[in-house]
Amino acid sequence: MKFGVIVFPGSNCDHDAYHVISKHVGQPVDFIWHRETDLSTYDAVIIPGGFSYGDYLRAGALARFSPVMNSVKKFAESGRFVLGICNGFQILCEAGLLPGALIRNRDLHFICDHIYVRVETPDSPFTNEISAGSVLRIPIAHAEGNYVCDDQTLDELKRGDRIVFRYCDPNGAITEAANPNGSRDNIAGICNRERNVLGLMPHPERACEDLLGSSDGRDIFRSLAATLAAAV
Amino acid sequence: MFVDFPNGPIMKAKVYVNLKSGVLDPQGKAIQHSVELLGFTGISDVRQGKYFEIALDPAVDNQQARESVEKMAREVLSNPIIEDYRVEIEA
Repeated sequence: MKFGVIVFPGSNCDHDAYHVISKHVGQPVDFIWHRETDLSTYDAVIIPGGFSYGDYLRAGALARFSPVMNSVKKFAESGRFVLGICNGFQILCEAGLLPGALIRNRDLHFICDHIYVRVETPDSPFTNEISAGSVLRIPIAHAEGNYVCDDQTLDELKRGDRIVFRYCDPNGAITEAANPNGSRDNIAGICNRERNVLGLMPHPERACEDLLGSSDGRDIFRSLAATLAAAV
Repeated sequence: MFVDFPNGPIMKAKVYVNLKSGVLDPQGKAIQHSVELLGFTGISDVRQGKYFEIALDPAVDNQQARESVEKMAREVLSNPIIEDYRVEIEA
């Protein structure tokens, strides 16, 4: 199985993602410059966190027009796996690969903190090694992580079991106090209808080593690796 | 300020982008709070938006320019999930 990490001007979590795939997943991984268009050798691509194009206009808005994004669309349509983390989630929403949008945090601040998310469904290629209801401690680092969508979209997400992660307290309770940024329904991560594209605001790639304060993020990469091992 | 076109005076497009009415505007709320702290009264709501001035080549005809700017506003300058836009063309 082969992974790719897409690099936009302004990406800054690309090396973290690369490190996790090479060291913890133990699989080959390439950086993919945003002007590349050939993704044919990859089984999964990660759109990493950062500030692509300086977050100009709206977070993720300009990265969507990079040449690689057309290929990412086709890549996703072919059923291969796309993981968007933080700015990657924002880009996937702007590109229309995931519904909704991410706006300024409720309290305006850039939040850099370890938070808790509850795994809402093990029925995704990114969570199939985790039991539903598990609580993961993972850092967030964003100013625009406030997930918004209309009522119909929320209903579709719920009915389709597509809300993958929700912000919770340490015991797994979904409360307003545990919602760091005002996201609708405490949504921290969602997948597409076909379930092969996941976007989430928390940074699992920064939570793969105890030295960094948490290794809970490894479960997500372990799940994706298990999915790929079964598929390849 | 603007690029000089050899074909005559600048035609300008103005694009206004605002959050849709149902979408929470934390920045607008913070601005409202601050101006009220400063003593400004009689404010019931503040919504922050974006404003773009786009210089157009006057050689392009008005209708074509309008369509092009509309498309730009719809597909790039605004995110239709959360924002509305309005385009004005100024000769």
